[in-house]
Amino acid sequence: MSEENDGKKFMFVNRRAPYGTIYAQESLEVVLIAAALEQDVSLLFIDDGVFQLTKGQNTEGVGMKNFSPAYAALGDYDVSKLYVEKESLEERGLTLDDLQHLTWEDEDDDWAEKDSIRLISRDEVKKLIEEQDVLLSF
Amino acid sequence: MSIEVNGKTYETDEEGYLANLNDWTPEVGAAMAAADDCELTDAHWEVINFLREYYEEYQIAPAVRVLTKAIGKKLGKDKGNSKYLYQLFPYGPAKQACKYAGLPKPTGCV
Amino acid sequence: MAILHTVNKSPYEKTSLESCVQRSDAGAAILLIEDGVYAALAGGAKAELVKAALADRKVFVLEPDLKARGLADQALIEGVESVDFDGFVDLTTQYDQVNAWL
Repeated sequence: MSEENDGKKFMFVNRRAPYGTIYAQESLEVVLIAAALEQDVSLLFIDDGVFQLTKGQNTEGVGMKNFSPAYAALGDYDVSKLYVEKESLEERGLTLDDLQHLTWEDEDDDWAEKDSIRLISRDEVKKLIEEQDVLLSF
Repeated sequence: MSIEVNGKTYETDEEGYLANLNDWTPEVGAAMAAADDCELTDAHWEVINFLREYYEEYQIAPAVRVLTKAIGKKLGKDKGNSKYLYQLFPYGPAKQACKYAGLPKPTGCV
Repeated sequence: MAILHTVNKSPYEKTSLESCVQRSDAGAAILLIEDGVYAALAGGAKAELVKAALADRKVFVLEPDLKARGLADQALIEGVESVDFDGFVDLTTQYDQVNAWL
């Protein structure tokens, strides 16, 4: 799928932190459904949404399911575009190193392992939003 | 709904998937299969164990397309194809095998 | 592509409008609905957000939501256009797609 898919481009816009509300987990659930149906799916993380991708989440003490390992399965679902807004990350004192290292394997490049997270600027976010056929906000 | 194995009752949802992941034992898996007239061979267990490991790592039950690809990568192309997997699990590899593995129904599965 | 962005949260409580203004492109439209309508009042401390958007985007406000909140006679920021529900529907057909900032 991805670029050569002539279906519609779906982008999931995530702007909430995980656990405090159900939005992040619900978004991920719908992403997996859309990807299982082989749609061209990408994810955008802005505002507090960037907190969804921090590494080392451990929910044992709060009695909730830690759903963050599922982000690492997105590559298996051919979801290879996870856009993270640089400004949102910086405003929160985070860098790329604080996020999970997520990868996908490029079938067209001898299954080379490539990074899924793409750091983009706020200006690039504007353009990206305009390029989508369907936007789903969480 | 529930299933009884060796005198112990295990809660399931309306489709027979185990309500509590931690209740699972191989005996429970075998009993669920037996209820479907399916006898589990080593080949079945290989897929069931693969699914449990996948869940352990990613906390999700993979969709059938993803399962097929991942099995192919780990166990070889002769097993990572729908024909082989559907022969083992005629009700749908992800759906049926997840049930016996004690996992929830795969996301995106109808 | 031109997008109709909807915002339904008060700018005094949530950052939805700010996020939307920062990331909507020229030519897009912003429609304030529900508690989002509070952002349309002239003289509000957050009026700058809407004014910034008006530089190259259209900003609409849903009149029934203004009325419901007792704001029908309040002055709106210059350039903000009121629409009723029919106008809302028209907007959704005029733009290529709708994006909700929740």
